[in-house]
Amino acid sequence: MSSDSVLPAGLPTPTPLPDGLDAPYWEATQRHELVAQRCSDCRGWQWTAEYLCHRCHSFEMGFEAIPGDAKVFSWQRPHHPVHPALKAACPYVVVLIEFPDADGIRMVGNLVDPPEGDIPIGAPVDPVFENHAEGPNGEPAYTLVQWKLRD
Amino acid sequence: MAKKRTLRGEVAIAGIGETTYYKHGQSPDAQFKLTLKAILAAAEDAGIDPREIDGIASYADDKNPPDRVAAALGMKQLRFSNMVWGGGGGGGSGAVGNAAAAIHAGFADCVVVYRGLAQGQGARFGSAAHYPTSLAGEAATWIPYGVMSPAQIFAMRTTRLMFEHGIERSTMRSVAMAAYHHAQNNPRAVMHGRPLDEEGYDNSRWITEPFRLFDCCLENDGAAALILVPADRAKDLKQKPCYLLGSAQGAEYRSGAGGHNNPDYATSSFKTVGPNLFEMAELGPKDVDVVQSYENFTGAVVMSLIEHGFCTYEEANEFITFENLIADGGKLPLNTSGGNLAECYMHGLELNIEAVRQIRGTSPNPVAGAEVAFVNSGPMVTPATNMIVGSEATL
Repeated sequence: MSSDSVLPAGLPTPTPLPDGLDAPYWEATQRHELVAQRCSDCRGWQWTAEYLCHRCHSFEMGFEAIPGDAKVFSWQRPHHPVHPALKAACPYVVVLIEFPDADGIRMVGNLVDPPEGDIPIGAPVDPVFENHAEGPNGEPAYTLVQWKLRD
Repeated sequence: MAKKRTLRGEVAIAGIGETTYYKHGQSPDAQFKLTLKAILAAAEDAGIDPREIDGIASYADDKNPPDRVAAALGMKQLRFSNMVWGGGGGGGSGAVGNAAAAIHAGFADCVVVYRGLAQGQGARFGSAAHYPTSLAGEAATWIPYGVMSPAQIFAMRTTRLMFEHGIERSTMRSVAMAAYHHAQNNPRAVMHGRPLDEEGYDNSRWITEPFRLFDCCLENDGAAALILVPADRAKDLKQKPCYLLGSAQGAEYRSGAGGHNNPDYATSSFKTVGPNLFEMAELGPKDVDVVQSYENFTGAVVMSLIEHGFCTYEEANEFITFENLIADGGKLPLNTSGGNLAECYMHGLELNIEAVRQIRGTSPNPVAGAEVAFVNSGPMVTPATNMIVGSEATL
């Protein structure tokens, strides 16, 4: 558990799928690299991970570093704690990030040090890799990808 | 030329039944007992021996299995059982459509559609306290970021709707106020005697921005049921027949793409399902007299009204007003029993029942001369579904 994580410990933690479909993504986050699925045949980007390219139906899906800018596509600010672990954490800001240079794929994260009021849609952001140690019940270590508005 | 394949006018809703609607956790009855009560009430309403029911249709998340229902009711035989995929209330109208399709295809002669729901006895939909300590797959890309409840899953679509199309908060407020207004004439409504005004909405607490408390559906216990029979049989039964004119299911291109990657993000999943419905019903949005539009969240109602062509994005702020949404004189009476916001969150099936009441003329807020009633179920989920019913005059 990182001492400066956006959300406290106790939320469900992510684990890679047993068959490895999304393992390269989670392994990359632990190296502080952000990757997504890219078709080895038609070169289209796809997220979340799937066995098949939805464009050309190739099963040859690789993972590559996402190029270009990341931008705020949408956001919300939860105030009502729906999970016991969130009671002291509300409100927090969730952002949906768009990657315009990777066919517009999107990823969900939290905004680190969010401003008051509305979050600017379209604003460029940079990733912040948030490490979490192994959990008390043997949950594996993992890294979340959070976001920071660019100065 | 091939024969046109359609359900239009082939099947009628002959009976409707509901239990008392309770706040979550307050039902004195078990969920399965509630379900049986609603089915028996619908059979009584139709004037049908419940043992004659030979088909069962419901939708995802229903925990009252058809084998147990058939056995409990002493149904002479079970000829059809079916469930719409998907979460929450997306399948309510689709379950009615599936029931009608089964009757039209000859699978069954008398099909009951039901939803039994006691959130106090199962997990509350608005709480994530019961989630596992770790998870894998698509959901692992958003749940660890505190996106867990339905409100949180759908809030960012509404943010985007407001950003892309300039939808104002007052437009969403009108949806909430119309529901509460109608509930004041409905003694069954959980929010009967609890009116809502602009100030009450504006001062309510945030659930997750952009949703305030009154933008979000209730959590309730109860059950609801509808009984369908062939159109020619309905004429000989107790109630004024209410004919199914059309039903559609599904969603647009890659609506179910994981991790909030549906290409057209700020939609309620009705951009294709809406036109498909009107094509089967051989009607357009201007022919609809009264609308029952599933309110999981008010922003989804706004999307759904637009995607079904009741107004355009540009017209929405001026058209979706309290005055236009109320039964007493509004241009588009909406959720005339109080709906998911103020009558009961019976996963929307109470909206299908209210559409039947409007055609019968027995709504707590009757729309004068209503011949065509529209229902949509579960906006923003995939698959989403809808239906149109009408009086004999519409056949």
